[in-house]
Amino acid sequence: MLTYTLRRLLAAIPTLLLISLVIFLLVDMAPGSPLSEIPLTVPPEVRQKMIAAMGADQPVMVRYVLWLKQFFWIEPLYGIDALLGTDFAQGAQRIISWQSKMPVFRIIGERLPQTLTVVGTAYLIGILIALPIGIYSAYRQYSWFDQAGTFFAMAGFSVPTFFTGNVLILVFAVKLGWFPTIYDTNLKVTDFASFYKMVMQMALPVTVLALFNAAEISRYTRSSVLENLGQDYVRTARAKGMGEKVVVLKHVLRNSLIPVVTVIALGLPTVFGGAIVTENIFKINGIGAALIGAIHVSDLPTVQTVTFIFAVLIVLFNLIADILYGILDPRIRYD
Amino acid sequence: MTEITLEKPRSQWRDVWAQFRRHRGAMAALVMLVLLALFVLVGPLIWRIDPNFIETNTVKMMKSRNLGPSLAHPLGTDQLGRDMLARMMFGGRISLAVGSVAMMVAIFIGTTIGVLAGFFKRLDSWLMRLTDLFLALPLLPLLLVMMMLFSEATAAVLGPRLGTFLLIVLAIGVTSWMQAARVVRGEVLVLKEREFVLAARSVGTPGRRIILRHILPNVLSPVLVAATLGIAAAIITESVLSFLGLGFPPDFPTWGRLLYDGIDSIRTYPERVVWPGLAISITVLSVNYIGDGLRDALDPRIRGR
Repeated sequence: MLTYTLRRLLAAIPTLLLISLVIFLLVDMAPGSPLSEIPLTVPPEVRQKMIAAMGADQPVMVRYVLWLKQFFWIEPLYGIDALLGTDFAQGAQRIISWQSKMPVFRIIGERLPQTLTVVGTAYLIGILIALPIGIYSAYRQYSWFDQAGTFFAMAGFSVPTFFTGNVLILVFAVKLGWFPTIYDTNLKVTDFASFYKMVMQMALPVTVLALFNAAEISRYTRSSVLENLGQDYVRTARAKGMGEKVVVLKHVLRNSLIPVVTVIALGLPTVFGGAIVTENIFKINGIGAALIGAIHVSDLPTVQTVTFIFAVLIVLFNLIADILYGILDPRIRYD
Repeated sequence: MTEITLEKPRSQWRDVWAQFRRHRGAMAALVMLVLLALFVLVGPLIWRIDPNFIETNTVKMMKSRNLGPSLAHPLGTDQLGRDMLARMMFGGRISLAVGSVAMMVAIFIGTTIGVLAGFFKRLDSWLMRLTDLFLALPLLPLLLVMMMLFSEATAAVLGPRLGTFLLIVLAIGVTSWMQAARVVRGEVLVLKEREFVLAARSVGTPGRRIILRHILPNVLSPVLVAATLGIAAAIITESVLSFLGLGFPPDFPTWGRLLYDGIDSIRTYPERVVWPGLAISITVLSVNYIGDGLRDALDPRIRGR
């Protein structure tokens, strides 16, 4: 298992390098770069200085390698410095956002907690909704509950989140006035009153994301439980005289959850992508909103870095899913 | 004279249709989708109001703004006095066209790569590595970046409408072929070892002919299912792009764009968000249900039960 993990980790390096190259070139070679947006009235020598100040006068490959070095070497050093109070980085050049002139990683560090709170809660609640629905749907296959569950899941991934989000805002925030429409990022949870406020403002975005996630996970749970219910060991357990509760919740559930756990791990990066839309609806100042904002003003370093972080998340969670599968299912042996 | 009654020859597609009809959800969805298609395709022939018509007379234009539902405008008018029903029909055309064409692009790339990877052993590992690479890309952010960076350039060459359409269709197609490629490759790997392919090979059929004549018709079923689900995904992706303000220009409405335009006035005119949103949801839900029914109908193990 350990050798397998190490081998997969090593194999992830060229994948990530290739992805970073694709992202860098795509963003960099596009015709709509901000350099073309410097007004023509700016004298050529000033223009030259502006481009040089952005570091955009170097050849593509030089900038790519510099960016890689900043991403994988300098930024982690700054991270260690911030954690331990050391000075490894010694003021080396960081990845700077063209928009705010701040290090991109500081922006990400400021935005990430918001995204993580909302997305994390939503994913957790989504799983908690999905598992019982999936299990019961499979146990009573073709019953009205199963039909309703199927429809719920179908609707869940057919109705776009930007529609459900806006309908929820319309009904519960505008008409009924139960929840705030806009997420207040500056809210600090200090006492019960502020905690209550936090819960209220998180309710709508979390509901939207949770429903969307629950739809997919409940489908996987259902088919996995269905497959296991037909296995011989279930008949054996029943023949031994075990109660239905023990058979389903102990024997079947444990085995059915193996593929579900990997699906949950695989789905996490996509959830971050989906959060881009949700953050936009509820005006949450998270990492998705940062990406959209950077895209609209052609802030290339931020766009490249945030996009690449999404890619790292995907590769990482693919790896985690594979390893989890190997740990949970003793029939799978990679070596 | 005696008539000999023979049982009608049963073709595969008749069986599939018979099985498909038994899937109640899929049949309801099919009816729904046909109705929607009629609405957007035939509707404009009956409802002859230009979706982009704005009163040139300022006084008239001010009066025609933000009207509620009436006989002249069943869905009301928007903030510039344009007829919402006409805009919904026109927007539906674009949304469905984007969905179908993007799906075709994705299926074409996916099937080509899948067949090549499954049939030619030398290409297999490289093509599958490419597929895995694409699967590891953060697609939504990349799509947004592509729209931001290339939309002006393509609009300059091909005009804002055709340019954006081609860009969106190609961008969605290029980022959603991976599932189809994997499924097709798996099927081809199995088919390649079957006797009829061996027979074809033994009489000296060249590889190209084997693929076109023997392999491709047999991978039609999974491709069909993937294509149906692909339409739904493409419609959603297009509406997400439009919703984030990186899709079609405002004078070229799609359902996603209409919804995006309606957000600003959601408190006063909620129906401007609800109608396009409902249209997208119903279309995608129908297409997904049809895909589900097709998957059951095309699976010979389920068929006939």
